[in-house]
Amino acid sequence: MFRRLPEIETALNAAAEAVAFTIDGRPAKARAGDSVAAALLANGVTACRNTPVSGAARGPYCMMGICFDCLVTIDGTGNRQGCQVRVSPGMAVETQNGKREVER
Amino acid sequence: MTQPRRGGEYDVAVIGGGLVGSALAWGLARSGQTVAMLDEGDIAVRPSRGNFALVWVQGKGLGMSDYAGWTKKSSDDWGGFADLLYQQTGLDVAYRRPGGFMPMLSEEDLQARANAMMRLHNQPDMIPYPYEVMDRETLRKELPFIGPEVVGGTYCPLDGHCNSLRLLRTLHKGIGMLGVDYRPNHRVERIEHRDGGFRMAIAGNGAGGEIRAGKVVIAAGHDGARLAPMVGLSAPVRPQRGHVIVTEKTAPFLHHPTVYIRQTDEGGVMIGDSFEEAGFDTTLQPGVSSAIAERAIRFFPLLGKLNVVRSWAALRVLTPDGFPIYEESKTAPGAFVATCHSGVTLAANHALTLAPLIAAGGLGDRFTPFSARRFHVPQAA
Amino acid sequence: MSKFDFEIAVVGAGPAGLAAAALAASKGASVVLLDEQAEPGGQIYRAVTETPVRDRKVLGPDYWHGAELMGPLRDSGAAHWPGTTVWSVARPREDAADGHRPLQIGLSRNGAAAMLTVRHVILATGALERPFPIPGWTLPGVLGAGAAQVLLKTSGLVPSGATVMAGSGPLLWLLAWQYLQAGARIDAILDTTPKQNWRAALPLLPGFLRSPYLGKGMKLMLDVRRKLTVIGNVTALRAEGAIGGDSALKSVVYTRNGAEHRLPADTLLLHQGVIPNLNLANATGCAQRWDEQQRCWRPTTDAWGATSVEGVSLAGDGAGIGGARAAEEAGRLAALDALHRLGRIGREQRDQAAVPFRAALDRALTGRAFLDTLYTPAEAFRVPADDTIVCRCEEITAGAVREAVRMGCSGPNQAKSFLRCGMGPCQGRLCGPTVTEVIAVERGVSPAEVGYYRLRPPVKPITLAELAALPKTDADIDAVFKH
Repeated sequence: MFRRLPEIETALNAAAEAVAFTIDGRPAKARAGDSVAAALLANGVTACRNTPVSGAARGPYCMMGICFDCLVTIDGTGNRQGCQVRVSPGMAVETQNGKREVER
Repeated sequence: MTQPRRGGEYDVAVIGGGLVGSALAWGLARSGQTVAMLDEGDIAVRPSRGNFALVWVQGKGLGMSDYAGWTKKSSDDWGGFADLLYQQTGLDVAYRRPGGFMPMLSEEDLQARANAMMRLHNQPDMIPYPYEVMDRETLRKELPFIGPEVVGGTYCPLDGHCNSLRLLRTLHKGIGMLGVDYRPNHRVERIEHRDGGFRMAIAGNGAGGEIRAGKVVIAAGHDGARLAPMVGLSAPVRPQRGHVIVTEKTAPFLHHPTVYIRQTDEGGVMIGDSFEEAGFDTTLQPGVSSAIAERAIRFFPLLGKLNVVRSWAALRVLTPDGFPIYEESKTAPGAFVATCHSGVTLAANHALTLAPLIAAGGLGDRFTPFSARRFHVPQAA
Repeated sequence: MSKFDFEIAVVGAGPAGLAAAALAASKGASVVLLDEQAEPGGQIYRAVTETPVRDRKVLGPDYWHGAELMGPLRDSGAAHWPGTTVWSVARPREDAADGHRPLQIGLSRNGAAAMLTVRHVILATGALERPFPIPGWTLPGVLGAGAAQVLLKTSGLVPSGATVMAGSGPLLWLLAWQYLQAGARIDAILDTTPKQNWRAALPLLPGFLRSPYLGKGMKLMLDVRRKLTVIGNVTALRAEGAIGGDSALKSVVYTRNGAEHRLPADTLLLHQGVIPNLNLANATGCAQRWDEQQRCWRPTTDAWGATSVEGVSLAGDGAGIGGARAAEEAGRLAALDALHRLGRIGREQRDQAAVPFRAALDRALTGRAFLDTLYTPAEAFRVPADDTIVCRCEEITAGAVREAVRMGCSGPNQAKSFLRCGMGPCQGRLCGPTVTEVIAVERGVSPAEVGYYRLRPPVKPITLAELAALPKTDADIDAVFKH
């Protein structure tokens, strides 16, 4: 679980830096400049997928683009690295269950 | 592990630990032979780690009907072979035989393909097998994702595929359970035929450095060219480079293998391949990978969105006519060579047919067409 | 049109890359700095141009030094391409007519792949956290301490709920100190530094006493020890989810003096040092060697960072861990050597210009041996028990690797074929060092003899459509279509 430092949370509530997006269809709020993975953690989503091998739950681990554990579906495209994509207004982020579908 | 008989001597030494060597070692050990399998180390030219994993029949053997028949036999025996491996090791090599396709991008190519299949079946002594030439609409019922350029293709119900890396692992596990003495980092420097048996000098091996066996089977892939002449055999093979691409794991969507594209049991999509004469250089060429990717998308446009997670270039073991060599030495009886570029497709034959014959003492007339002597006959003008 | 897009490409905009690009461009070379992140800084100075953490005492003066590297880069005229993933560095097939052998860089930018032709490449790919394979390290809620630091730098995020940090090494203490400054909650630090490391490190202490780290490091560690619960001599660790479930972290179990203890935890931050991020160098064909002191693989380089591949050099932690200040100086040395190789400066000019950088590099490296030795992780944390996952992507355990060795696998490449370990999208970054050491211990030989994965491009995934859109020669097309 992660939280913002208080002064950053305050500034975020002042709205100028806030970005509205969705996680599995639910409205969520991030800070401009957040990666998708950071935005998930900031919104209390620790696990973002189940693995295609055993189905075990996984969440962001390295935050620098090397572990591929924060894979999520972003705006309909599967297996995006959440920590390498910046969250943007209206973005639809979906957690993943197992293997990616070829058509998305 | 079974100890070698008579002061360090094995019934058979198999040189090569790839798919051909390990299938033969498995079959030899099942036939009651004491076997040593001599292999190179972790980094070596290893086509068995880079192949495409088809168990493929259609189109093979134009120019040698015996090879077409040999291939069909292996395909027919593959299911039983996979079952035996599973019963022994508990590992599933994921053999499936849903029938395979060769889609075509132009009417001209489709016609040429249809003609080739017909010529193949018109050869003397050809054992026929079912196949179909399909137009676009028929093909699309089986492969709904084909792109607009695909005009049709050929289909053969005998074609299938497996997980070839798991096959390699399963064979290695199996030979261990059968008591085969597996020796990695044992590159054979020299083979000597002496006192009715064979002595293999091992490169850079401090501990004695010699393996003795009553028979030797050279299944060393590219290294066969160097080793075969030491015992009066010939294996004029050359490397031919092929690039392969594999994507991330994807939910099952492609239910039949095609000659260039197949989905593995683990979910990745394997995409091949290329034909390059580049010696032993396995450096990847981005342009070649790109051409392979482009063709794949023309066959199945929806592949474009998938992420490529790995690619590699492997070296086919090719004889001058592309067909296998199986032969026993005339001057050093007990020495055999087995080499081919279809180590997956022919694994069932190697394990279940060829190995028992070697164990029993000889190949017989049936294998005469596969002798390397076919390359020594002066060509007609 | 020039045959080259740029004379020099620098890969990675951390301290080494920033310094290398700025210096090379300031001497007139055409330089492009390629970086995966949206903003320069690498991981050590991540988000230094835009972090929301404006109170400078939280991230500390060493972090803010990174901001000083931005001006020289801007002024140098080097092109900076952020958001650019380099997935291959390769030579083209044939020698160019004039004898130059241009290098081709495969990159992906804004969802499109392209090939870039350059004369020299400086890889400044930095470090990654050393794998810390313990049971449960794959559970959601378990992150690298470096990852947590990225969350702090980029987004001002700190752990909430029960938080445990575990491991060893300078970064662990730095992060704990930064959390203290930020007022974040840490329930405990589990120190896994092996007691006996002190004995081995002690003879190296005189070097460390002259090190620039000493003052800062000691103060920081004392601050943390005074204010937080630090539990030393931890010899075993595991992360556990809910009973019978694997959904998320619930507790951390550690062993101290032979007794097991359990701490409730929502977040576990693991760290046991950093190692070179060498995938691109390896896939480029650069020779590498096992470094016994740092217990990791590092590409082989000369005093200028030149690798075994002509035209490819390495600077910074990607060539062996030396820290941010050392990386900066190594970047400058690599830039000078590249300028010399390109004929822009003479040998004497290069050597003369290098004097202050080399002196600064030596200073920055003083005391490194002490830190390396003191913070060498215990074998239990490098070579885990059978039931521990080593390959996170394919979920392969240490036990499976050992079984493969018993079947005759003598190295990681055969193990990879048999087990798929190292075959997932991370391409062995999180299992490679572990697999080498597990095989080495099982075989009773050195890691150097066991070897490492042989990697190939793409070192980062690109889509098939991107790959398909790259330029091809007639020979490339014939190799695929004419058969």
